[in-house]
Amino acid sequence: MRVSGSRKWLEKIPMVLWLTVLWVLFWGDLSLANVLAGALIGLFVMTVMPMPRIGFEGRVSFIGTAILLGKFAVDVLLASVQVARQALRFGHDPHGAVIRVPLRSHSDLYLTLTAVLCSLVPGSIIVEAHRLSGTLYVHVLDVPAAGGIAKAKADVLAQERRVLYALATDADIAEAGLPPRPWKRGRTDGPDPTTAVGPSGPAGDDQAVTR
Amino acid sequence: MNASDVVTVASSVLLVLGSLLTLIAAIGVTRFPDLLARMHAATKPQVLGLVLMMTGLALSLGDSQLGWKLTLVVLFQLITAPVSAHMVGRAGYRTGKVRSDLLVVDELTEDLRAAREETDREQAGR
Amino acid sequence: MSVGVLITCGVLLTAAAILAMSRVERGPSMLDRIVAIDVMVAAIIGCLTILSAWTGRSDLVPVLMVLALVGFVGSVTLARFAAAEPEEERRILTPEEIAEADAKVRAELEEES
Repeated sequence: MRVSGSRKWLEKIPMVLWLTVLWVLFWGDLSLANVLAGALIGLFVMTVMPMPRIGFEGRVSFIGTAILLGKFAVDVLLASVQVARQALRFGHDPHGAVIRVPLRSHSDLYLTLTAVLCSLVPGSIIVEAHRLSGTLYVHVLDVPAAGGIAKAKADVLAQERRVLYALATDADIAEAGLPPRPWKRGRTDGPDPTTAVGPSGPAGDDQAVTR
Repeated sequence: MNASDVVTVASSVLLVLGSLLTLIAAIGVTRFPDLLARMHAATKPQVLGLVLMMTGLALSLGDSQLGWKLTLVVLFQLITAPVSAHMVGRAGYRTGKVRSDLLVVDELTEDLRAAREETDREQAGR
Repeated sequence: MSVGVLITCGVLLTAAAILAMSRVERGPSMLDRIVAIDVMVAAIIGCLTILSAWTGRSDLVPVLMVLALVGFVGSVTLARFAAAEPEEERRILTPEEIAEADAKVRAELEEES
């Protein structure tokens, strides 16, 4: 499918913005020269080394992202302590397991994000990800500490739910068989003030990117 | 005790805690019985340890420009740690260095065996 | 930062580096060594952090950034080319074994000439 030239440039804007932010952080100084240089270098990089398109069609929910990041921070803290305790329990070898978790959404982006977040939360490592069936194979360090195999699987699925609530469209969430975002239930009348990017917003349906 | 004392104490506590987590990671890597368990020890306390140490360093240097750079250090680590963990774990599985007997459940090996039998049957049928 | 904190952190990180090194030596497989080297890099990052906090040298921060960014390149490369290793090749040879293998190669060379 051909995409018109201006649409192609529009798609590059988020990536160039991100590279500019990195550049400014790199110098640690928010000045006009830095922003301009960052934007130019970002454009140059995007032109010389174009990225494959991931076809992001979602809509960002601020509440969902806040919940995702908040839970992630708490998880990292709690689970680091848990792994540390395992390492210091001399004379007790952890009983690990490799479990199969079929994810409910069928998008590379959500699969990747769920995998990355699960990898960073101590106590689970993604050993293998099967893209076609959307299945993750997760290694759990200690099954009793993780609260059993069923609990470990539920944790991965809960991580996926938070990713979907943070980024996916309502249609994607419904397709994955999940209930709609709980904070939006019963408030379907009128535009939602809590989600900054609504259906009529810049990243809404009218800009849905074709793959 | 004035404000700068509080900052000094806080940064010292964070730096010591970060070093302790690195040591715990090393203990785990030395002690755990198989590759996958060692990977847990190596990649996880390291992330929290790095966050703590960078916060401690930012407090100790007391410079907002450097604070942003240290945020970048943490960000890079967060992006790269899962990549290397996944690559090592997958390579371990594919080259047969995972000891299935140490695992309570090993559904990947089950699935791999099932897939292999499937292809064998298809080839035999042809 | 007091001298006490410097010494405490130094001791903790040195112990971590020694333990990681022992795992690098023991293996048994290449991947175990990669994992141990990752911990080693973490210990080095820790040492640089302590050094920077102690001396107030802010020029070490870019070094930290580079280490955090490229620390994983080595492990990914090695993991990408990891192969099934025979049991016998999974360890570092002892000096006697190296001498023995060496003598064997020398004898073969002499026979040829």
